[in-house]
Amino acid sequence: MLGRKGILYAMLLPGILLTFIFHYMPMIGLVISFQNFKPWLGITGSEWVGWDNFRTVFQRDDSLQVIWNTLFIACAKIIVNLVVPVVFALLLNEVRQARFKKTIQTLVYLPHFLSWVILGGIVIDILSSKGIVNTVILPTFGIDPILFMADGNWFRFIVIATDSWKEFGFATIVFLAALAGIDPSLYEAAEVDGAGRWKMTWHVTLPALVPIVIVVATLAMGNVLNAGFDQIFNLYNPLVYEKGDIIDTFVYRVGLLSSQFGLATAIGLFKSLIGFIMIISAYQLASRFANYRIF
Amino acid sequence: MYYKSRPYRLFYAINIVVLSLVSILCLIPLIHVLALSFSSGVAVETNQVSLWPIGFNLDSYSRTFADGAFLGALMHSVFRVVLGVSIGMLVTILTAYPLSKMDGGALKGGKLIAWYFVFTMLFNGGLIPNYILIQKLHLMDSIWSLVLPGALSIYNMILMLNFFRTIPRELEEASLIDGAGHLTTLFRIYIPVSLPSIATIALFVTVGNWNAWFDGLIYMHKENWPLSTLLQTMISAPDLSQKSVSESEIVNLTERSLRAAKIFIGALPILIVYPFLQRFFVKGIVVGAVKG
Repeated sequence: MLGRKGILYAMLLPGILLTFIFHYMPMIGLVISFQNFKPWLGITGSEWVGWDNFRTVFQRDDSLQVIWNTLFIACAKIIVNLVVPVVFALLLNEVRQARFKKTIQTLVYLPHFLSWVILGGIVIDILSSKGIVNTVILPTFGIDPILFMADGNWFRFIVIATDSWKEFGFATIVFLAALAGIDPSLYEAAEVDGAGRWKMTWHVTLPALVPIVIVVATLAMGNVLNAGFDQIFNLYNPLVYEKGDIIDTFVYRVGLLSSQFGLATAIGLFKSLIGFIMIISAYQLASRFANYRIF
Repeated sequence: MYYKSRPYRLFYAINIVVLSLVSILCLIPLIHVLALSFSSGVAVETNQVSLWPIGFNLDSYSRTFADGAFLGALMHSVFRVVLGVSIGMLVTILTAYPLSKMDGGALKGGKLIAWYFVFTMLFNGGLIPNYILIQKLHLMDSIWSLVLPGALSIYNMILMLNFFRTIPRELEEASLIDGAGHLTTLFRIYIPVSLPSIATIALFVTVGNWNAWFDGLIYMHKENWPLSTLLQTMISAPDLSQKSVSESEIVNLTERSLRAAKIFIGALPILIVYPFLQRFFVKGIVVGAVKG
C-alpha cells in the first residue's frame, strides 16, 4: 500500500493529469502555428512552413489593426479598472453606517456574476436605435440619436465603460480588505498631530493601499492583450470590426470559421507569449518592490 | 474629531448621495429590461416603458418556455452544473490539501508541483490547439468537453490551499496521533473546518458553469447546447417568424420583449444564488487571498 506520504502524491494525481491533458497538451499543439495545418492530415502529417504564418500576421493590415485594437482596449480597461475601484473603495470606506455600506456592496457586486451573454443583450437593447437611450434619454436633452453600436469610436468607449460597470464593484473587494486592515492607531496618531481627514487620507490611507495596488496592477499586466473575448463577441458586429475586433475574436473567425488553423494559432501564440513576458516581468518587479509572492 | 467638522459633514452627505446614485445606476439597466419583458408589445414599440411594465403580461415568458429546445437546454445546463461542480470541487480539494503541506517538508517537490499548476495561469495554448485537442480526444459533442477542461481552476485551488494553511497544525497532529491517515484527516477535519470557504468556491464554480457559453457553442451540437449557449444565439439573432403566433401574442410580443424575457431567464438563477454567494464570498476570498 501507499505510505502516509504516498497518499499525498496520489491525491495530486487527478489534478496533475487533468492539467497535463487540458493545459500542457494544447501547448504542444502550438506547433501548428509553424504548419499549414489540415485537420485530416493531423499534426504529424501537415506541411511545415516555418515562420510563414507569423510573417502573414505581421504583413496583413487586418491582423495588425486587430493587434492595435486589442492593445488599446485592454490597456484602457486595465487603467479604468484600477482607478475606478480604488476611488470607489476610498469613498465607501468613509461610510460609517455598516448597513448602508453592505447594501451598496451588494448592489455593485452583482453585475460581476452575470455573463456577457446577459449583459451584452441588455447593453445592445438599451443602446440600439429603438432603445431607451436613443428614444427617451437623448431627446430630452435635445441630442440627436447616436448609433453607439455601429460607430467604431463609440463602440470602443461602450466596451470600456460597460466592462467597468461589470467589474468595478467586485474589484473593490481587495482594496476594501486592505483599507479595513489599516491599524486604527495610525489615524489616532494623525489626529493628535492635528491632521484633518484629507491629510489622513493622503498620509495614512493611500500609502497603506500602495502594496495592494501594485499587486493588482502586476496581475493585470498579463492582460495587455486580453481585451475580453466574451464581451466583444457579444457586443460587436461587422460594422465595428475596424475599431472593435480583437485578437481573440479574430482568432475565432479566422481559425474556426474560415479554417485557417495555422494562421489563427500563430496569432494566439503571439498573444500568449506577450502576456507571459509581461506578467513575468511585472512579477519580478512586484516581488522586488512590494515583496509580493504567489504562495 | 474630524467627522464633526463642517466641510467633512458636507463631503459625507455628498458622498452618500454619489454612492447611492452609482449603485442604483448599476441596476437600472437590468430593471429596465425586466420591465420590457413584462410589457405589451405596443408599449415597448412606442417607447413608453422605463422602469415599470406597461400593459403587464406574461406572453414573452410563456412563449419562451413553450419552446422545446429551451427546456432541453435548461436540462443540459443543470446536468452540466451538477457534474462540473462535483468533479471540480473534488479535484480542487484533493489538489489543494497536499500542496498546503509543501512548506513543512511533508511533500517533497511541492514547490515544483505548485509551479507546474501555476504555469498554466501564465501561459496557454489558446483556442485552436484546445479545439483540436477536444477533437482528437473524441470529446466533441460530449458533456465531458464542457466539464473536464476547466475542472481544476488553479485560481480556486490557490484560494483553497491558502485557507487550508490557516488551519492550525495541532489539529492535524492530534489526528495523526490518533492514527488517522491523510485522507481521514482531510475528510474528517479539514473539510468540516473549511465549509464556508468550500461553499464559497462551490458557488463560484456553479456560477462559472452556468454562465459558460462559448465551449458549448464550439464543441456541442445544437440539440445538446446548454442554456447559456442557446440564449447567446437567441439574443444575438432572435426570430419570431417560424412558429404560429396566437392573436394575443401579436399584440403582446415583440422581438424586444421576447429577448428581454430570455435575458431575464438567463440571469434568474444567478439572482437566486446571489444572496448566498455574497454572504460567504467576502469572508472566503479575503481569508484566502490576503493570508497568502
